[in-house]
Amino acid sequence: MNRVVTPIAGSLVQTDTAPSTQTPAWPDTAQASVLEAARLALARDLRLAFRKRDQLVQPLAFYAMVTMLFPLSISPELSRLREVAPGVLWAGALLASLLALEFLFRDDAYDGTLEQYALSGQSLTWLMFAKTAAHWLLTGLPLALMAPLAGLSLGVPAAALPGIVVSVAVGSIALSLIGSIGAALTLGVKRSSALLALLTLPLSLPVLIFGARATQLAISGGPLLAPLELLAALAVLGVTLAPLAAAAAVRISLE
Amino acid sequence: MHDERLDVENLHLWRGDRHVLRGVSFSLSRGECLQVTGPNGSGKTSLLRTLSALMYPEEGRVLWRGQDVRADLAAFHGALAYLGHEPPLKGELSARENLRYWIGVRRRIGSRALEAALELVGAGAWCDRLVRTLSAGQRRRVALAGLALLMVPLWLLDEPTTNLDREGQQLVADLIAEQRARGGMVVAALHHELPASLRDLRRLELRA
Repeated sequence: MNRVVTPIAGSLVQTDTAPSTQTPAWPDTAQASVLEAARLALARDLRLAFRKRDQLVQPLAFYAMVTMLFPLSISPELSRLREVAPGVLWAGALLASLLALEFLFRDDAYDGTLEQYALSGQSLTWLMFAKTAAHWLLTGLPLALMAPLAGLSLGVPAAALPGIVVSVAVGSIALSLIGSIGAALTLGVKRSSALLALLTLPLSLPVLIFGARATQLAISGGPLLAPLELLAALAVLGVTLAPLAAAAAVRISLE
Repeated sequence: MHDERLDVENLHLWRGDRHVLRGVSFSLSRGECLQVTGPNGSGKTSLLRTLSALMYPEEGRVLWRGQDVRADLAAFHGALAYLGHEPPLKGELSARENLRYWIGVRRRIGSRALEAALELVGAGAWCDRLVRTLSAGQRRRVALAGLALLMVPLWLLDEPTTNLDREGQQLVADLIAEQRARGGMVVAALHHELPASLRDLRRLELRA
């Protein structure tokens, strides 16, 4: 046994005559709603990202470089570039979003924010959803907005660009959500980047396949609704399941 | 709402092959403060993390209002504030922003309450500076402001006086006294020299 309890009531307790008669001062009614909590978690991450711009810029610069190096290294021939464009656009987007994933929970785990989220009495699932949404706004959406530039450098016709933007935007939602599970699972691991890639990439392959297919169809002028719908289905599946899984993984990492 | 009490029954916790908590039991009722002492590595932090249900013990249980905390974690966590060794603050946000987000996730706070809490801990002059430019003691004070703002019945504090000057330690003592007067409960790992008003506490001594 390793305990010795010495209950010394002491003078201090005797001065506290109030407790038993006072009504408790715990304002249950002031509890923030779960949506309010999620909104604040999102706003916090956005504000932090704009204070630490290097983390924001890094994946985007990576994406720009990868997609611009290809036309330089393959050949300036438009027909050949167009052939590889879907693959380059999507492999680049996948790797760029993977690069950003490392930062998703790392700082929060380090400074105790995740701990406070887990102990907030709010739904950790919603808070994880908010964090992932912030992550998408900061990487997926900018990647989608950069895709036309990358597309143009790969000789993609202008008519295909809207379809590409939409497919990258929808696909990256799924990528962020899949990635959030991997990032949460590797929280306790040192030098987790390799493991994170190993966990996340296989799960991301459907997104890569359907995304590249949608892009291919957009370039050739075909109907790209079918692969887009599949991307959207993956995104919806991610929205419903990934935050739950990420929350469970975060709880385990805190133990 | 008068049945607020914390009962801890026979906690056993293993970390790997180390038997960290070996049968810890105690009860706290309204207005009580328990001081947890013991040498480094004796499991003070593990005890606090187990009480907060961040870690699950191999044996024993924690009861809040007579009910196992695992039965309704959200309700228990809604009634609890946990402060670890490091204040849970973001270096790139100001003290004021940190509190607004950290506390705001849990409860609505008006800017007046926020202002009052910052004044209370003596942060009025520097609450708009980025936290990474603050000293360790100043960060600790910001964390204490958060604690005061949360207004929850149960505080679990891990070395709350670390890095604080004498005046800051007195602040911790005052906050704890106020929490007790309100009918709240405190479990605090404290092994530093204590301000006089904190010396008379129930003690739980852990052995390494």
